[in-house]
Amino acid sequence: MEFVPRGAWFGRAAALACCLLTAEVDLASADVLDDISKKGVIRIGLFQDFPPFASLGADFKVQGYDTEIADKIAQAVGAKAELVGITGQNRIPYLAEGKVDMLLSIGYSDERAKVVTFTDPYAPYYISVMGPSELDVKGAVDLKGKTIAVNRGTLEDTEATKIAPEGADIQRYNDYNGVISAFLSGQAQLMVVGNDVGATILAKNPTIKPVEKFQLLTSPSHMGVKLGETRLRDELNKVIAGMKKDGSLNELALKWLKQPLPKDF
Amino acid sequence: MGYEFDFDAIADNLGLLLHGAGVTLALTAVAAVCGIALSIAGAATSRWGAGWARSGVTAYVELIRNTPFIVQLFFIFFGLPSLGLRLGAVQAAVLAMTVNLTAYGIEIVRAGIEAVPAGQREAGLALGLRPFVVFFKIILPQALANIYPALVSQIIITMLESAVVSQIAVTDLTHVADFIQSRTYRAFETYFAITLVYLLMAVSLRWLFERAGRRLFTGRR
Repeated sequence: MEFVPRGAWFGRAAALACCLLTAEVDLASADVLDDISKKGVIRIGLFQDFPPFASLGADFKVQGYDTEIADKIAQAVGAKAELVGITGQNRIPYLAEGKVDMLLSIGYSDERAKVVTFTDPYAPYYISVMGPSELDVKGAVDLKGKTIAVNRGTLEDTEATKIAPEGADIQRYNDYNGVISAFLSGQAQLMVVGNDVGATILAKNPTIKPVEKFQLLTSPSHMGVKLGETRLRDELNKVIAGMKKDGSLNELALKWLKQPLPKDF
Repeated sequence: MGYEFDFDAIADNLGLLLHGAGVTLALTAVAAVCGIALSIAGAATSRWGAGWARSGVTAYVELIRNTPFIVQLFFIFFGLPSLGLRLGAVQAAVLAMTVNLTAYGIEIVRAGIEAVPAGQREAGLALGLRPFVVFFKIILPQALANIYPALVSQIIITMLESAVVSQIAVTDLTHVADFIQSRTYRAFETYFAITLVYLLMAVSLRWLFERAGRRLFTGRR
């Protein structure tokens, strides 16, 4: 058996570790933005059943706020947009494994920031109390004696339950359909929904038009890129800033979300 | 097995569950009383009523017995407000349950009436009793005695089917269970508990009705 001094083993191990490390660094620094330009395609992950951000239109094409954003991004990076349908469960693995280059409609959390690099927010997303304009409701105290429809077990339900004063009648339905039906038929005076659901109702031009009374929670949508892909992130931030500046982002909000961008956006 | 059972979620929400069970029983009680009264009226109409009234009863029975209960409930709760009739969730639930029970009840009571021999009515009339008295004092008691078990079953079915009213946010037993489940994520424990409660309610109701039946109808059969 060959005699190998301890120090040498250590040295070899260290060299190997270094190799592995640099290999990993090399992999991570292979720039996604370069790959996109090389292939001429940017793969964008979005929810395909999330109106009004993205959903199948009458012509069986996915359309919405997010698809228009995707087109803008594709234009900016000089590539073709390839829309990839994702789910809440698989989207972060898809991003990490490089099955998509970026994600749309992802809310910021510290936990996610450990695995995803976030851009600036590009779309408002919030939960609000909605009701007909003639109903005077400005804050939680005004909910007393009112009937309020929510989708049971959602964030809207728990938030409304938290702020509701004694004497507020929270009606819990199984799904958004129940909530919307209760509101439109006048069975509930108010409803607590996300601005996505609110916009979907408004898009149908109902006889009772829901108006936002006050917001409960806000968590704007960001874009996400693979952790550390700062060049792509900066490029995306430029797109967002440009759209804010020329007013096209506000137009998108009016078109799809039926509300102008919030003032602080 | 990877799942750890934890019935604390049930213990913590016992008050809610009792409230839910109370609502279910109250809804059933009101629907049963109204439903049976209407069933008797409907059955009498379909037996002796005018031609148009008989067709009306038949149409009603066929319409309700051939459509799902949840559709009837949604029509009353979500649909009728468009026609200007807005009922609260509890009122809509009671109405839907009554309407549904009545349709089945009419057929049951009618079968009971038809099983009473025609001679009973003829004898009553021959004694100079008014048709009204003949019906309530002679025919109906015998008719009800004939179909009492079927009627009890129908009431219990109505109670069990009333779980559907949780869909229009009536806080019945099922709605309470859904609520607890959505807060604690203890699906097995929650639904296991209400299964037991429903079972207990159904079995005790049947037992009570049976005892009451023995009292009500002794000597008549």
